[in-house]
Amino acid sequence: MPLLEVTDLRTGFETDSGRVVAVDGVSFSVERNRTLGIVGESGCGKSVTALSIMQLLPQPAGSILGGSIRFKDRELVEATPEHMVDVRGDEIGMIFQEPMTALNPVQKIGRQVSEVFLLHKKIDKAEARAASIDILDKVGIPSPEVRVDEYPHQLSGGMRQRVMIAMALGCKPDLLIADEPTTALDVTVQAQILKLMSDLQAEMGMAIILITHDLGVIAETCDEVVVMYGGRVVERAPVEELFANPLHAYTKGLLRSIPRLDRERKTKLPTIEGNVPSLDQMPDGCRFSTRADVEHDEASIKERPPFEEISPGHWVEKCPFCFQG
Amino acid sequence: MKPLLSVENLKMHFPVKGGVFLRAMASCKAVDGVSLTVHEGETLGLVGESGCGKSTLGKCMVRLLEPTDGRIEFAGDDITHANRHHLLPKRRDLQMIFQDPAESLNPRHTVEQIVSEPFVIHKIGTKRDRLAKVEELLEKVGLSAAAAQRFPFEFSGGQRQRIGIARAIALNPRMIICDEPVSALDVSVQSQVLNLMMDLQRDLGLSYLFIAHDLAVVRHVSDRVAIMYLGKIMEIADADSIYENPRHAYTKALISAIPVPDPKVRREPRFLEGDVPSPIDPPEGCAFGHRMGHPKWKESVGMDLSLKEVAPGHWVQPCPCCTEL
Repeated sequence: MPLLEVTDLRTGFETDSGRVVAVDGVSFSVERNRTLGIVGESGCGKSVTALSIMQLLPQPAGSILGGSIRFKDRELVEATPEHMVDVRGDEIGMIFQEPMTALNPVQKIGRQVSEVFLLHKKIDKAEARAASIDILDKVGIPSPEVRVDEYPHQLSGGMRQRVMIAMALGCKPDLLIADEPTTALDVTVQAQILKLMSDLQAEMGMAIILITHDLGVIAETCDEVVVMYGGRVVERAPVEELFANPLHAYTKGLLRSIPRLDRERKTKLPTIEGNVPSLDQMPDGCRFSTRADVEHDEASIKERPPFEEISPGHWVEKCPFCFQG
Repeated sequence: MKPLLSVENLKMHFPVKGGVFLRAMASCKAVDGVSLTVHEGETLGLVGESGCGKSTLGKCMVRLLEPTDGRIEFAGDDITHANRHHLLPKRRDLQMIFQDPAESLNPRHTVEQIVSEPFVIHKIGTKRDRLAKVEELLEKVGLSAAAAQRFPFEFSGGQRQRIGIARAIALNPRMIICDEPVSALDVSVQSQVLNLMMDLQRDLGLSYLFIAHDLAVVRHVSDRVAIMYLGKIMEIADADSIYENPRHAYTKALISAIPVPDPKVRREPRFLEGDVPSPIDPPEGCAFGHRMGHPKWKESVGMDLSLKEVAPGHWVQPCPCCTEL
C-alpha cells in the first residue's frame, strides 16, 4: 500500500482566454523511505502537480478538475480546508525553490520555524523555540542558538535552504515534497543539501518527491523517476532502468542533451528542436509531436496515446512514433 | 596566438559605507588581483561559486565598471580608465550577453528596436538598411525575420537569449563576454543555444569569455578554463587538463560536486563545508585553505601567491595548503 497514490490527476487554471489544463491525467505513487523524482522542463506541470497535492494552488484561478490523491488512505482532493491545515506541515512538508522568497524577510528565523510546532503540536512558545533550535542543529546550521534570532537576509543561500528543510521536517512528516530545492544553489552547496536530505531520510524514513530539471540530481538521489512533458507523464520507471533503457523520444532527447564531462569538447551537442508550445497550443494527441524528429500522422496528433506498462514498473506513453523500444 | 584581451593584476574594490556620514568603512574586494588573457578566436571559461567575483570581472572587462587598480588591454589599447568617448569605438568590438534574457531586453521595445540599437548608437546605416540587417541577424540566430515586429514577452527563454545574441553580434564584434548565458534555460534549449554560440564562433572568429557555474557546460565550450575563488584565480589551464588533472584543492572539490547523470555511478563527493566567505575583509593567505581549516594554511600567509606554471599552460596558485607542486 503506497503512502501517496496520485491517479489521473487533472489541474486547470481559468485564464482570460479560457481554461488551460496544466496537469492532464498524471498518475504515480510513492512509498515510505523511497524517493520519487519528477523531471521535466519549465511549464511541464511538475510544480503544479506538487501544489495540487498540497492544495496550495493559486486561488481562485487554479483548481483540481478531477482524479484522486490518496494519502495514507485518505482522499485529499475532497479534503476540507481545515483538514488540509492539519496535513500540511505536519504530515506533508514542502521545500520551495527560492528560499529568499519562501521565507518571511521581516521575521526572525526562530519565529518562522516555531510556527510549525505551535500550529501542530500542543506546546508553548519556549518549548517551540527549543524544538526549533534542535531541528536547526539537525539540518547542520552552526550555532543554532544564535541563528534563531537572526533574519533570513543574514544567512547565505545554502543556510536559508537548510532553514526551509528544518521547517518542512520539523514535525517529522511522512512525505517531503522538494520543488527544485537546489536549483538556486552552487554545485558545492547542492551536494551538501542533497546529502542532508538523504541522511534525514535514512533517519526518519519519510518518502520524498523531488522535483527537478537536472537529470544529474535525479540519477544521484532517486529510486523512481516520472518524466513529464506538457502536463502529462510520458515515461515512468525505476531510475536505473530509465537511464539504461529510455523508451520515449522525449526522455531520450533529454538524456542526450545533457553536457557530460566525457563528451568530446566543442562538438555539436544533440538537442531537441524547437520550443515547448504554450499549453493552449498543445495538440490533444501526442504532445511531443510538435518537437519530435519523426513526422506524426493525423491520428497520433488528435488522439491521446495509451500509457502502458512495457516491463515491470516501466510505463511509457505509447505513441506509435515517439515510442522507440 | 596574439592575446586579444589581457588583464593584469586587476582589482575592483567597492566601498562599503556605514556610520552616520556614510563614510567608507571597509572595502568589498570583489576582484582582487586577477591576471589573465583571452586569445583571438578562443573561449576562456570562468568558473566559480556565486559571490566569487566572476561577473564583476566580466563587467570590468567591458568597462561597465572602472577598476580600482590594474590594467586592461583590449586589441593592443589600454582601456583601464578610458572615458566614454574613447570606449565607444572599442565597444563595437567588445560586446556582452547577459544571464537573464527577460531582464536584459527592454519589454517595451520591439525586437527590431532592440537589435538595431547598436546601429543607432554607432550611427550606422539608414532606417531601411537597419531593418534589413536586423532581419538578417535574426535569421542567423535561428529566428524568423517576422520576429522583428514582436515584443520580447512573446518569446520563450531560449528565443529571448537568441535575441540577446543577435544584438551582441550586430556590430561584428571580435569578443563577447557571456555572463551565465545558458543558466536560466532548460537543458534541451540550453544545448541549442550552446550550439549556436559555437557555430557563430567558428563563422565569425569570435573570442568568448564564458562565465558560468556549470562545469560540464564550461568544459564543453571552452578551450581554456579559469577557476576563481573569492576574487582571485586559483587555477587556469586548458580545458582537458583542468578536468583530468586538477592541481588545486578547490578545483578538485568543484569537479567532484558535479552530479553525474548515471545512476550506476554513486560517487562520493568531497564535501565542502560552509559557504564562500564574505569578500569584505577576506582572510589572509590562501582563502580556500582558510575555509577548509587546513593545518598548513598559516604557511601561506605572507607568501607570494601569484600563479605558477606547473606544466605548459597550466597555472596554479602555489599555496602549501591546497596545491601539491
